Amino acid sequence: MSTPLLQVENLSVSFNTEDGVVKAVDGVSWSIEAGQSLGIVGESGSGKTVGGLTLLGLTRSGRTTVSGRAMFEGSDLVSMGDASLRAVRGKGIAMIFQDPLSSLHPFYRVGDQIIEAIQAHSQTPKKVARARAAELLALVGIPDPKARLDAYPHEFSGGMRQRAMIAMALSNEPRLLIADEPTTALDVTVQAQILELLDRLRRELQMALVIITHDLGVVAETAEQVAVMYAGRIVEQSPVNELFSQPMHPYTWGLLRSIPKLTGPRDEALLPIPGRPPSLISRPKGCAFAERCAYAEDACRLTDPLLATTADGRRSACLIPHERRMAAWPALAAGGTEADALKVVRGTK
Amino acid sequence: MARYIARRLLWTVVLMFAVSVVTFVIFYVLPSADPAALRAGRHASPQQIEEIRHKYHLDKSLLDQLSFYFKGILLHGDFGISYVNDQPVAKLVFSRLPATISVAVGAAVLWLLSGVAIGIISAVRRHSKLDRTTMSLALVGISAPVYWLGLVALYLFADDIGLIPLFGGSGSYQPITEDPLAWLNSMILPWVVLAVAFAAFYSRLLRGTLIEVMGEDYIRTARAKGLPERTVVMHHGVRAAITPIVTAFGLDLGALLGGAVLVEIVFNIPGIGRLAYDAILHSDLFLIQGTVLLAAFFVIGANLVVDVVYAYLDPRVRYE
Repeated sequence: MSTPLLQVENLSVSFNTEDGVVKAVDGVSWSIEAGQSLGIVGESGSGKTVGGLTLLGLTRSGRTTVSGRAMFEGSDLVSMGDASLRAVRGKGIAMIFQDPLSSLHPFYRVGDQIIEAIQAHSQTPKKVARARAAELLALVGIPDPKARLDAYPHEFSGGMRQRAMIAMALSNEPRLLIADEPTTALDVTVQAQILELLDRLRRELQMALVIITHDLGVVAETAEQVAVMYAGRIVEQSPVNELFSQPMHPYTWGLLRSIPKLTGPRDEALLPIPGRPPSLISRPKGCAFAERCAYAEDACRLTDPLLATTADGRRSACLIPHERRMAAWPALAAGGTEADALKVVRGTK
Repeated sequence: MARYIARRLLWTVVLMFAVSVVTFVIFYVLPSADPAALRAGRHASPQQIEEIRHKYHLDKSLLDQLSFYFKGILLHGDFGISYVNDQPVAKLVFSRLPATISVAVGAAVLWLLSGVAIGIISAVRRHSKLDRTTMSLALVGISAPVYWLGLVALYLFADDIGLIPLFGGSGSYQPITEDPLAWLNSMILPWVVLAVAFAAFYSRLLRGTLIEVMGEDYIRTARAKGLPERTVVMHHGVRAAITPIVTAFGLDLGALLGGAVLVEIVFNIPGIGRLAYDAILHSDLFLIQGTVLLAAFFVIGANLVVDVVYAYLDPRVRYE
């Protein structure tokens, strides 16, 4: 197997706050090959965004402690000096963010912001950079790109702004694009267009894509591999099809069951996961999800489950034996209740 | 934009008219010495005083006096006569303008440069010793009254009474056209004294705004692009944080051009502020009117300039 483009090993990020040390990311490992796509899914506070920002050093400060490794093209992003890391930012790895309006500088023209990104990594003459910026806008599907260079962000629609952000991210042909909730602030119809665009660009430019989202629908459309995060850790990682057809972790079951179904009766109640994620300051003993898990056993509250790899290369962190979990999902998928599934898990049925 | 400016200019005229009516009314409502007696001077006979009263329409109603005043301005460009100096108000005011411009513009350059520099450094090195020291000093600077600071400066550094005689003291003002070096020497203490409070205020203002701006999403984008931190701070952060400074600067400079009263008095500089102060002391109506109108003109003008500059600085702002 070739060396992955980016290999994150045991990455931890914690913040010193007045209330205590917040462990936002707690020993996360994943990797991505050139041109592949990985979805990182989790609810707010699961550490998915902090992890992405940390790869580019954007969480560095006197109050942040980062440990672990993130090997990108032979060098470690975690221990890298500020100057070398700046050379990676935007050139090796580019990033786009949730709200394109607040992420673009309100006082500068869109074209100038793209030109600035180009010139940050090369001595490109202004004229050449401007022509390249127009090409980039055309590449992300903005009509009349030459004229649009002179527009200000507030003159763009939400979808166009995110396209402009993507154009800016592509300006130095990065090998990896990290998209942090790229469609959350957009209209539903525009969301689909942006996701299609990201998927197309990944294939055409052979650029790896890490897509960070709370929305399983987003990963279904764009990701090949999916990592599910909970309370700063990965609890399951599967190829996207398997994640939806045979999810392994009770938290993933909960996420999938909470998606409303179009086929059910209109007044059907939604199925939320009860409770809230645990505090990241004082992590409970045992499995962090045990408090909210319908299948938790006594051992779950005592022992922290390890992220174990199955024979087919998937990973999950749960103390309940793999075979019993695999038997339980069909019951839930067929519309069964958690009580039905619990009988399967316990082996009483 | 042009239509917007034209409309604002029209409003300027209306406002200045209102300002001078109000000044007139205040002058007549508040007790003061009889202007005719003042104009006549000492040992004038009652007959002379009555003549003067008639000549300057002081025996007419308030409304008639107002209409004479405005007719004079509109038809002849005549802003009236100073009773005390026996000179046209316009001439007096313009002769005092260079001194006030010297004080205000010099101090403005000083406080803008130092305030902005200190503000940026404090924001970037937040919570450092440097930040804490400069911000404590700034608090002192904002709190110290200008006249007190002026007296301290004279006591320490004036070349006549100072402990360390370095710069020109009170009353050393020379017009720049006559002796530029003497002018500069006489201006240094007033500039510094006047600039201290403004610089302190500007540095605290910019520090606060810049700290807020540096937490914005577009700053994160600028860093994610791989820009050097210096560019991120100066080109992206300061560019966005500078707008309130521009507003404050325009208004402060406009107000000062109408007369830096305290500094001009402490340092005995013959500017508009001193002129207005003397005019009030002597109940010199038309001179008061003249200085008030000039101050109003600068304040209103500064507001207009600030609004126009703002539209240029922030492309989201558009006037119609």
